[in-house]
Amino acid sequence: MSEGSPVEGFIKRVLSPARLGSMSLHAAAVALSLLFAVTVLGLILAAYGTRPSAVIDVVGEYALTGPGWVAIVNKSTTYFLAGLAAAVGFRMYLFNIGIDGQYRLGVFAAAVVGGALGLPMLLQIPLMILVACLVAGAYAAIAAYLRAERGVSEVISTIMLNAIATGVISYLLSPKRFGVLEDGSSNVQTALIPESGRLPAISIPGAGEVYGFTVIAVIIGILYWLVTERSRFGFELTATGSAPRAALLSGTNPRRMVMITLIASGALAGTVGLPELLGSTHRYGISFPSGLAWVGLSIAIVGRNHPVGVALGALLWAFLERCALPLDLLGVPKEVISVVQASVVLAVVAMYELVHQISERRERRRAAAFARPAAPQGSPA
Amino acid sequence: MSDALTVPVSSTATAVELTGITKTYPGVIANADVTVRVAAGTVHAIVGENGAGKSTLMKILYGATRPDHGTMQVDGRPVTFSSPSDAIDVGIGMVFQHFKLAENLSVLDNVILGAEPMRRSRFGSIDRDLAAERITRISVQYRLAVDPHAMIRDLGVGARQRVELIKVLFRGAKVLILDEPTALLTVHEASDLLSQIRGLCQDGLTVLFISHHLDEVLGVSDAITVMRRGEVVATVVPAEIEQQELAVMMVGAEPAELPRRALGGTRPPLLELRGLSATRDGGGRIDGLDLTVGAGEIVGIAGVEGNGQDELVEAILGVLDLDQGQIVLEGEDLTNTATAERLRMGIGCIPQDRQREGVLLDQPLWMSQMLGHLHDPNFRRGPWLRMASVRRAAAAVVADADVRVPSIDISAAALSGGNQQKFIVGRELAADPKVLIAAQPTRGVDVGAQRQIWTRLVEAAERGTGIMIVSADLEELMSLSDRIAVMARGQIVAIYDATDATVAAIGSSMTVGAT
Amino acid sequence: MTITTKRWGMLVLGGLVLASSAAHIANAPDLTSAGLAGATLRFTVPILLAGLGGLWAEKSGTLNIGLEGMMIIGSWTGAWVGMSSGPWAALLGGLVGGALVGLLHAVITLAWGVDQAIAGIVINMAAIGAVRFLSSVTFANEQGGSISQSPGLEQLPLVSVPFADSVLRPIGGWDVPVLSDAASLVRGLATNVSVGTILAFLLVPLTWWVLARTRFGLHVRACGENPSAADSLGVSPYRIRYLSQTISGAFAGLGGAYLVVVASSLYREGQVGGRGFIGLATLVFGNWTPGGVLGGSLLFGFTDALSTRQAASVEALLLIGGTVLVARAGWLIYRQRRESAIWHLAFGIPVLLWFAFGSSVPKELVGIAPYLTTLVVLAVARQALRPPSAIGVTYRRSEE
Repeated sequence: MSEGSPVEGFIKRVLSPARLGSMSLHAAAVALSLLFAVTVLGLILAAYGTRPSAVIDVVGEYALTGPGWVAIVNKSTTYFLAGLAAAVGFRMYLFNIGIDGQYRLGVFAAAVVGGALGLPMLLQIPLMILVACLVAGAYAAIAAYLRAERGVSEVISTIMLNAIATGVISYLLSPKRFGVLEDGSSNVQTALIPESGRLPAISIPGAGEVYGFTVIAVIIGILYWLVTERSRFGFELTATGSAPRAALLSGTNPRRMVMITLIASGALAGTVGLPELLGSTHRYGISFPSGLAWVGLSIAIVGRNHPVGVALGALLWAFLERCALPLDLLGVPKEVISVVQASVVLAVVAMYELVHQISERRERRRAAAFARPAAPQGSPA
Repeated sequence: MSDALTVPVSSTATAVELTGITKTYPGVIANADVTVRVAAGTVHAIVGENGAGKSTLMKILYGATRPDHGTMQVDGRPVTFSSPSDAIDVGIGMVFQHFKLAENLSVLDNVILGAEPMRRSRFGSIDRDLAAERITRISVQYRLAVDPHAMIRDLGVGARQRVELIKVLFRGAKVLILDEPTALLTVHEASDLLSQIRGLCQDGLTVLFISHHLDEVLGVSDAITVMRRGEVVATVVPAEIEQQELAVMMVGAEPAELPRRALGGTRPPLLELRGLSATRDGGGRIDGLDLTVGAGEIVGIAGVEGNGQDELVEAILGVLDLDQGQIVLEGEDLTNTATAERLRMGIGCIPQDRQREGVLLDQPLWMSQMLGHLHDPNFRRGPWLRMASVRRAAAAVVADADVRVPSIDISAAALSGGNQQKFIVGRELAADPKVLIAAQPTRGVDVGAQRQIWTRLVEAAERGTGIMIVSADLEELMSLSDRIAVMARGQIVAIYDATDATVAAIGSSMTVGAT
Repeated sequence: MTITTKRWGMLVLGGLVLASSAAHIANAPDLTSAGLAGATLRFTVPILLAGLGGLWAEKSGTLNIGLEGMMIIGSWTGAWVGMSSGPWAALLGGLVGGALVGLLHAVITLAWGVDQAIAGIVINMAAIGAVRFLSSVTFANEQGGSISQSPGLEQLPLVSVPFADSVLRPIGGWDVPVLSDAASLVRGLATNVSVGTILAFLLVPLTWWVLARTRFGLHVRACGENPSAADSLGVSPYRIRYLSQTISGAFAGLGGAYLVVVASSLYREGQVGGRGFIGLATLVFGNWTPGGVLGGSLLFGFTDALSTRQAASVEALLLIGGTVLVARAGWLIYRQRRESAIWHLAFGIPVLLWFAFGSSVPKELVGIAPYLTTLVVLAVARQALRPPSAIGVTYRRSEE
């Protein structure tokens, strides 16, 4: 099987029948899952006596407009980064639920540093990004070390660390320390970040402003893909997740992999709060939600740890949440969206498994048929 | 097509009769119109090469799988099984080659599982005293010594097998199926087992036993059914056949000419292991092990599994840390080098568990090309991978090693065991290593592929690679090795030159203090 | 190391002396008060029930990360049923709700073959969303309710050992070291205890008995150790795991219901607060035995209760914790297990230093006590653990 030019090779590889078949199977799986979720939504709406046409109208009015899309894209940037952070860990069967605590510590530290300094933008912003990633990564390192050296499940340790982070932040956020209570506001926040610490937005005429960080997020996504698919480290990551013994025997140090992966996941989690911090709120306060870990994990599952999938998943999630308010206006409680989201994940997870089994069986058949059919192959009979 | 030469004498009662059994899996015909008649109270052996269909047939008899066509009769009555419980109810008991025992439970718990004697008074609770009594009774009656309250994890292989036998006897099995029962035993334990089997028959039990150790089979059976490629070749009586004839029937032709080695001559030492001592968490260890592998030499490591062979391989690779000793490759001390570095310096490994250690099952086949070879400069440009290069290399391996796949993009899990093994061997040899550690290189691989792999190993040795083969297959070691080292209890207890090595000598060395 | 009766006695006595001294040194009389003892029971039970739930699942070979979600659903269904039918019905409602989620988990992992950890995570997420939605259509329409809490609920009755209060209260007032503390503690454990608490504690020996002595228990344990062996003997791992996961969910749901009708008197969003995961931690701490789960739950429940009381008590906890860690480090060094000892010292010494030199524990950090304790305990836990061998691996009955 000789390869011609790299482009030919690329096309052959990406668009090979096997690959296309696999992609279409997965697309079908997602489509079916969405169908399932829409059915669930439909049932709930029916229970409320809401007509589907009313829903479509309202959704179109509120979500599928210019400003609607801008809001969706902005929110999805945050979710995309959370999804990537989760995906990094997932490739090695590590569940970084600590994204919550890590991202909040990261964005808090960035807000404090940003609010305290007044450097020129070219220094201020990279510094804030760096601080966020370092702090979040360092916090993840705790769980990483416990997992690598003491075998403590990262699921339990990161959840404990999340709760601890909440306590630490509320301690640090009081007015006596890093918090600031502005007149007229009852919420304590960090100091306002000066102009130089605000990332310019991309203005879309007639629609609104897209966070500048979205561009950076795309770059991060590309970097993620390059590292996981095209680098040696990425291969070791895949190998350790797929066959830990094989990876061990081929020279990969499993402890090192766990440490690097969880710390990287944490560092990535650190960026999750930055689109909002640098783009709109410019200070850390209660507007930064907890619960993003679950969103990130869901999206990573739906997107199969692939940056394009995660991006699409993030957009879907943001779109669904955008629909929450108009639904509320129709008398359907907006919490129904979380039910829809949960249905999507549930359905996707089941569908992907089905797809996996179908394609495995198909491949086995193909391979067995290719070998000389007269002679039974060597598997222990 | 059945070709019964002689029907076993004396008993008129048939314990088990399988007629016209056919079973196919995708792409494989496991059993084709198989007919076997087993007389009650006899030992009936089923022999055949890997892939002949023996295990499938036994699985059908045990109820673990259903045939596509064909019928079964037990004690003259037709039966169909939808699960092992049905077979157990009818009195069929199976002892698997890979024991099905729960390590962290006691012998008693393992034996009674699914057939627990209950206390009539307190609801749902097990009558353990009664169970222990019954087990002891069976143990005494059939001379299978076990302590019902011992934990399985503390027992050795021989004891575990006795537990498996008691398990089936506890359920009142009348027909015992033993799948390769002597595979993991020492020569001494194996002969004990064989005499126990005769004892079981004297008590009226029927034993079906699968093996490819023809000498044992001839020694203990009343009748032998030979299978090849899913079909019954013949059913014979041991008294009327020679081992050589049996072998021919099994393989279908004169056993292929084994690759002859150009033996003799001194070879410069390539890999030196000096006084290696190491312990693994699970307890396995090597203890003061010395061995040298010369350039172009094939050294076989024989021994009962579990006597330090795994630890030896891991120590050489650097996965297991040494407590003491030195590993020297071409004069360079590797003792404190990391695994990745050792691979880069020219050590290659064919791991013993191909599915878990040799390939990435759920990834495309070509990705497994990089396992253990990330250091190859052809595959990388700095921290980045050169995908096209890797794919070319994988394609080359597939072509050279006769791996039968439609494309290298198919996932490794789709390949048969033999093809997976051929790929792994091809990958390692393509890198032209200085030293190759081959652990069970042809386990579970059909005869044709086995010969191919052996030939390639010999060719590599001719080119100067030093090869260490760890194998449970004595025939393999004896065909290929220049020297055979026997391991027991983590040490090398004997080294034989090819000319002096005999099965008897090696077998007795293996039992010296073996675990 | 089996815990004999004599050892238990020594442990209890030692603990009492330690607590008594710490209370005096740290000026934290609340540490050995009846109030704290009673609160400890209330905080232990949810963790205990979650831990038992986890035990049931893991003994059969299933990793159940979804315990938290099952507790959340149980707390909601408990509140919903309890709103109209009283606290006993609430317990039942919680149990059934949790069981249903456990069954769902079983369907996802067994019928659909999805990875156990992912299934658990999905359930946790779904639970959070589901209760929010369900509350918005039920509690929000009730007086006193909203989308994040239920109206007030009737609690389970309390019982007391007769004469305990009248006998022990005065002894507690004598201020004699150790004796008075013991009297107060026992008084706290023997008076005004909810029947729910008693029920929960009774589930521990029941669980032990079923797992160790009955046929079903053996089947469960076998499926957790070697499902293929069980299958070959006619014990279907699929059937057993369906049952055990449903039971697991039932326990977790019961724990949730307990939170709403005993530990408090309503359902509130976020109430479960990670206790499902702390329950999982008790499995590790307790080496997958019911007794060990009880021990772990008491420990974590104690710190949980502490965190809601005076800050001085938390400081006393620092003193106790630090002392225990350093003492154990000394014993480990004597036993030549240096690596473990270093971990103990790494936590123990800073904790003691904080106690000695630090200012009082800030109120925001008091609440993290149970989580930090869990983390530290997990970090220093001994290595010779014996989880069931087949945990986390999806069993597939292979045809080939």
